Amino acid sequence: MGIFGRRKIGAKPRELVSQTTLENAFNRRTFVIGGAMGGIGTILAARMAYIAIAENERWVLESESNRVNLSLIPPRRGWILDRNGAPLASNRADFRVDVIPDRMNDPEQTLSSLADILDLPDTTVADITKRIDDARGFQPVEVAVGLNYDQFAAISVRLPDLPGVVPQRGFSRFYPTGPSVGHLLGYVGPASAEEYEERPDPILITPGYKIGKDALEQQFEQDLQGKPGARRVEVTASGRIVRDLETREDVQGDPVRLTIDGPLQDYAARRIGLESGSCVVLDCETGDVLCMSSMPSFDPNSFSQGIGRVEYAMLREDERVPLRNKVLKGLYPPGSTVKPMHCMAFLDAGVKPEETIMCNGGRRIGNRFFNCWSNHGRVDMAKAIYQSCDSYFYHFAQQVGFEKVAEWAHKMGLGEEFELPVTSQFYGTVPSPEWKLRRRESEWQPYDTVNSSIGQGYYLTNPLQLAVMAARLATGDKVMPRLRLTDEKPQFEHFDFSPEEIDYVRQAMSDTVNGPGTAGRARLPFDDILMAGKTGTAQVVSLSISDGKTGPWKYRDHGLFVFFAPFDKPKYAGAVVIEHGGGSGSAYPIARDVMTYLFDPAKGLEALRALEEQWGGTAQQRLDSKYRAYAAAAGASVPPVPTRDEDIFDQVEAEARLAARPDRELAEGANRRREDDQASSQISRAPPSAQTPERQAASAAAETSQESGR
Amino acid sequence: MSGIVPAPIARQPWQMLFPLFGLIGFGALVLTSAAAGDFDAYAKSHLIRFLVLFGMAVVISRLSKPLVSFFTYPAYLVILLLLMAVEIVGQVGGGSQRWLEVGPIRIQPSELMKPAVIVALAHYYGSLPVGMIPNWRALLPAAGIILAPMAFVLLQPDLGTSLAIAFGGGVVMFLAGLPIRWFIFAGVAGIAAIPLAFFFALQPYQQDRVTTFLDPESDPLGEGYQITQSKIAIGSGGIFGKGFNEGSQSHLNYLPEPHTDFVFATMAEEWGLIGGIFVLGAFAIILRWGLSVARAASDRFSKLLAAGMTATIFFYVAINLLMVMGFAPVVGIPLPFISHGGSSMMTNMICIGVLMMVHRWNRNAPRTGLIT
Repeated sequence: MGIFGRRKIGAKPRELVSQTTLENAFNRRTFVIGGAMGGIGTILAARMAYIAIAENERWVLESESNRVNLSLIPPRRGWILDRNGAPLASNRADFRVDVIPDRMNDPEQTLSSLADILDLPDTTVADITKRIDDARGFQPVEVAVGLNYDQFAAISVRLPDLPGVVPQRGFSRFYPTGPSVGHLLGYVGPASAEEYEERPDPILITPGYKIGKDALEQQFEQDLQGKPGARRVEVTASGRIVRDLETREDVQGDPVRLTIDGPLQDYAARRIGLESGSCVVLDCETGDVLCMSSMPSFDPNSFSQGIGRVEYAMLREDERVPLRNKVLKGLYPPGSTVKPMHCMAFLDAGVKPEETIMCNGGRRIGNRFFNCWSNHGRVDMAKAIYQSCDSYFYHFAQQVGFEKVAEWAHKMGLGEEFELPVTSQFYGTVPSPEWKLRRRESEWQPYDTVNSSIGQGYYLTNPLQLAVMAARLATGDKVMPRLRLTDEKPQFEHFDFSPEEIDYVRQAMSDTVNGPGTAGRARLPFDDILMAGKTGTAQVVSLSISDGKTGPWKYRDHGLFVFFAPFDKPKYAGAVVIEHGGGSGSAYPIARDVMTYLFDPAKGLEALRALEEQWGGTAQQRLDSKYRAYAAAAGASVPPVPTRDEDIFDQVEAEARLAARPDRELAEGANRRREDDQASSQISRAPPSAQTPERQAASAAAETSQESGR
Repeated sequence: MSGIVPAPIARQPWQMLFPLFGLIGFGALVLTSAAAGDFDAYAKSHLIRFLVLFGMAVVISRLSKPLVSFFTYPAYLVILLLLMAVEIVGQVGGGSQRWLEVGPIRIQPSELMKPAVIVALAHYYGSLPVGMIPNWRALLPAAGIILAPMAFVLLQPDLGTSLAIAFGGGVVMFLAGLPIRWFIFAGVAGIAAIPLAFFFALQPYQQDRVTTFLDPESDPLGEGYQITQSKIAIGSGGIFGKGFNEGSQSHLNYLPEPHTDFVFATMAEEWGLIGGIFVLGAFAIILRWGLSVARAASDRFSKLLAAGMTATIFFYVAINLLMVMGFAPVVGIPLPFISHGGSSMMTNMICIGVLMMVHRWNRNAPRTGLIT
């Protein structure tokens, strides 16, 4: 008989079931049931003991991580100060709203609610939608900053219906002078997905945290970023904060003090006005960069709040490339501005200042005749500088050899990259036989010397290099520019020139402005402070396309001016380059006013105010009104901003190189054309009349630079 | 008990009542904490319900055996009709529901059915001639008694309750002395049917529960979330717990259903392993008493009745605790005497009342021998 009642089937056809067997079966089976119950009870107790004792640590940890929410507080960014301690970039307390795509149930719905509350335009909503699509889910996407309290409160109240929306008090970057410092400082923005992958620090995906995206903001990121604060809060499962447990304050980033003179930077930027160009001013004694303004520019304030597609499209379509820092990345043929520097090279090669040549409206070099822009008669070194006589330079460059000149060009800073905390510098070209062989794979020709001797041909420089050249010319020291202010006064290597030689060139450059030179209108409105300078006009297209002064903007000549002041004891040096300004006449009035402002701010501002009235307001005001007009015209039909930060400027950079190309092509084209031409045709041409700086006089000599100051 | 206690009081089954009152009182404490310290929210109604239903249990315990025998089948049929009525009302109303509303009273017939099935089965096997028991023809009425209500409850759909009915009925049949191979055969068939049942009988949400049970991490924010949060609550309580009203899992809403299905986790977080041992111990005493009542019963009907009721209570306790500790899928079965909720309290108090009734019968007609 089996334990539980029934015998084996084969034993008997039918087992005996009686009351007694059932009774026994019941007792046995009750026992089994009871045992099973006890067993399960024991298992439960053991299981509970295991969870509560053996695994206790793990579950306590999980319980804490449930209960306590650690949220990072974005640190306040360090200020960027000018040399006098005034902020070029500071922080403004404001209310902001971000969304975290991962936590949103219905992004479209949530976004349209937000748009209603905040009254966002359609283009902005489209921008945000795109950013949400592009973002990794956990990355916060900025919806709006600078909210007023009512908007902030309205969102906070509706928070339970808006999952994934994070309103908070925070700080936003503020650039008091807006576009004036756009290229210099760059802007800030939330970290991109790539940046987060590179450095998966949770602060990078904390709403409201911004990192430097360009220029100095990016370069000084380590100094500026500060240490995030943290807030430990007890939260419910739905994320509602029950109470604060502990708060650690953020540590603001270190301030970065620049050599920039804030007001001067702003003044120079505004003084450039409607032109597209740049202005650099250096302190000759220390190399401090006092201003490096590049206009037109963008407003880093609105960039830091997320670039709207309308604004971006407006900037990108502008042929004056407001997204390019022209001081560092604008390359221009230096034109005649290199002449004083070439004179230093001649002096070094043993040419005496008194040595003269005859300018007959040009000069024969080898068996060809090259035009000068005017007929200067007998020309010595001083006259060659202040009258900008091309013939003089054709002659002596040929005499000393261009290797020698190019060597000095490098010593003076052209073709050089400087140790500056900037994202990139285009260092341009100083042509030389060695360079041409290497890069162009062709022999250096006499006409190359001719072209290069007057700063044309392959010569390409950026405005900063020109300013450094001016400072080095003025002092005879190897002035190194610097952007970060330190207390120590740098010691510069002195070039091997006698004080007389330096004085000679200084005097000649002063005569350019204050004497019988090409830039009389550049004279400073002071009796005791004289500015020295040198004009330059760089042709961008062949004369057969444009005369360089009128016609389509992009075919006009670049206007350049390098300067220092006071001429006898140089303190400041600088360069102004106006793209397609139609000649140096567009450049030196700006230099004059900037220097006036530096010595007498009231007088400088007076001049600026009158001009700004004509132009329709300050740079910021004009940018704003331009934006409004553009936005009204474009409506919502503008393409979105590129996702990758690099692309924002890359696209512009690509255009920039395209735009820079005509210079080179011109140089080559001109050369080629001349090769094809017979030298005789040049010789047969009549020398231009002395009184016309007009282009027709030199129409065949596309390679020559033209002065148009007088 | 001792001589100074009056006989009517001394007669009461205090070895069961003390743990029961302990559980109820402890339950009130836990429910107060589950409502973040608010006694009125759950604990008050918990105690009031217990008092009312304990009165009902006492009334049940006074019933005589003939009366119970007489009303067994009619009561079973009435409850079966109510179950059908639920289904019909549900169909008409356009949605599944589990209760009938009669004025202010909300009746959940599926809960009443659990004890009713046991009473009916116990009565059936109690009155079945002994020789008929191993006969398969005698199995058919019993199967009908179990399967008819199960079918309707499954239609609701309420997997937990139908399993409870099956379990209670199965235990009664097992104890009634049916051939063991039938159970083995049924067990094998049941195991074979699991995949079929899983894919064809279960609702999608029930399938989810099962898959989640097998792999809680597969759905950390859905069904698995509940089990994980429950384990966090139990595990973080440690040996002595976080203290009364200090549980963060329940107070910050991480724990789902902290006052009903997961009340044990709420308790364990604040009272720790000690509290858990207390609860388990109290249930052990009550169930042990239930089985002892069954053993001491004088006739087959009483024996099966008491054992079936004990099994029903056990089923609640075991499934609930297995669930909160991550050993069983999430099924909506509350913990008797501690969870907040009227219908499960009623079912369990009916069971207690019936056990007290059998206990009284035993005393009045003490078991004299093997024959009734």
